[in-house]
Amino acid sequence: MFNMITNIFRNLASKPATRVYPLQKREPFSRTRGRIDIDMSNCIFCGLCSRKCPSDAIVINKAEKTWEIDPFKCIICGECEIVCPKKCISMNGQYNTPAYSKSTSKHIQQTKVIQSEIKKDDCKAQETA
Amino acid sequence: MGKTVIPFGPQHPVLPEPLHLKLVMQDERIVEAIPAIGYVHRGLEKLTEIKDFTQNVHVVERICGICSFMHAMSYCKCIENIMNIQIPDRAKYLRVIWAEIHRMHSHLLWLGLLADAFGFESLFMQVWRNREKVMDIMEETAGSRIFLSANTIGGTRKDLTKEMLVKIQVILDEIESDLKQIESVFLNDYTVKHRLVGVGVLTKEDAYKLGATGAMAKASGLKTDMRTTGYEAYGELDFEPIVHTDGDSYARTVVRIKEVYQSIDLVRQCIAKLPEGEISVPVKGNPKGEAVVRVEQPRGEVLYYVRANGTKNIERLRVRTPTFANIPALLHMLPGSQLADVPILILTIDPCISCTER
Repeated sequence: MFNMITNIFRNLASKPATRVYPLQKREPFSRTRGRIDIDMSNCIFCGLCSRKCPSDAIVINKAEKTWEIDPFKCIICGECEIVCPKKCISMNGQYNTPAYSKSTSKHIQQTKVIQSEIKKDDCKAQETA
Repeated sequence: MGKTVIPFGPQHPVLPEPLHLKLVMQDERIVEAIPAIGYVHRGLEKLTEIKDFTQNVHVVERICGICSFMHAMSYCKCIENIMNIQIPDRAKYLRVIWAEIHRMHSHLLWLGLLADAFGFESLFMQVWRNREKVMDIMEETAGSRIFLSANTIGGTRKDLTKEMLVKIQVILDEIESDLKQIESVFLNDYTVKHRLVGVGVLTKEDAYKLGATGAMAKASGLKTDMRTTGYEAYGELDFEPIVHTDGDSYARTVVRIKEVYQSIDLVRQCIAKLPEGEISVPVKGNPKGEAVVRVEQPRGEVLYYVRANGTKNIERLRVRTPTFANIPALLHMLPGSQLADVPILILTIDPCISCTER
C-alpha cells in the first residue's frame, strides 16, 4: 500500500519533469525533422524531390524557375532532402509555427520569396526563410 | 427484469480512439456487447495502390501512431521478399533496436492509460514521464518522436553513431530503474489489484479458439510470439516469449511490464552485437509477385500481404492488425462483467482502432 511513498519523496526533492515551454525552449536534436528549407541559388529544377514526395507537397515550374512547397501537406519525411542531387534542400530542426490560414511558400530563383495565399483570408500565415 | 442498451463510445474518457460498443445490460451486468467500428477509416490500403511502392513506406507508417515503425518494417520486408533483396546485417540489427524501442514506448503508453482508466492519475504521470525518455531516444536517433521514417526498402535510412549507442544504454538504465519503482505499484498495490485481478478472464482454450494475439494470448498461456520465427535479427538474439497463465487483466499487465524489460534487454543485446558495415542496399526495378509477412507488434501479430505486378504501383496491400484479432476475445469477455469494469476490459486488449480500420 505504501509503494508510492519513496516515489513521492523523490519527486518532492527533484526538479519538475516539464519545461515552462514558451519561455524555455529545448534545443532541437541534430536529426530532428522540423521543416524543409531550400537554397534556391543551387536548385537545377530537376523535379526529383517533387516526384519522390509521398504527399505531393512540392510543385516545380522549370519555365518560371519556381519551387513551391505546401507545408500543410508536407509530412516531413525527408525523402526530398535525400534525393536532391545538388543538396540544396535541407532539414531545419525548428518546427513550423502555427498559422491562421493555409498557404504555400513559393521560392523563385534570384532568392526572392513570394507568399501566395490559398484562401482569400487576409491573415498572413507562413514565415519563410 | 427488462434489458437496457447503453452506448459506450465512440467518445469516452477512457478511449484514446473511437470504438463504439452497444452494451445490452441487465441491471449492472452486461448480457451482450455489439461492436461498431468504422469511425477512423481513411482508406490507406487503397491509397497504397496509387502511390509508388517506395512512397508507400510513408503511407503504411501512418496506419498507426503507436506502432508505426513495425508497419513500415513489415511493408519493407514484404517488398524485399518479393524482390529477393538481402538487407545488410547492420540494418537488421538497427531495425530490431528501433522496433524494440517502439515496443517499450507502446507498452509504457498502455500502462499509463491503464492507470488512468482505474483512476490512478499520479501513476499515469509517473509512467508517461518515463515514456518521455523513450520518445527522446527516438527523436534523437531518427528525427521524430513517432514517425521515425527510418525504414526504406533495402535497409534503413539512418545509422546509429557510437555516441548515440552509449546514450541509449544510459537512458535504458534510467528507464529500467524508474520502472522497477513503478512496477511494484502495478503489481502489489491493493487498490490496483482490486481492479485487475480476476477481471476479464480469458481461458487458454478460448484465447486459442478466438484467435487472440499478443499480450492477450500470452497472458492466457498461449506461447505465441512472432519474434521467435527469427525475422530480421531476432534469430540471433536470446529471448523467450513471456507467458502468464491466469488470463485476467492482471496477467496482461504483468506480461506487458515484463515485455518492457525484455525489450530493454533485447536492445542491449543488439547494441552489443551490432555489426559494422552498410545500412542499406540499392533497389533496382519494380516488384513482381506476392508475399506475406508476419511481424510481432506491441499489440500482437500483424499480417502483411502485398501483391505486385511489375509496375511501380502495387496491386493490393492487405493488413490484418492485432486489434482486429483481439476484438472477438473482447466480446467474449464482456458478457457477465460489471459495467464499471468495461473501461479496464477494453483497455486490456490495448485497442488500436486506427490500425484496425486503416
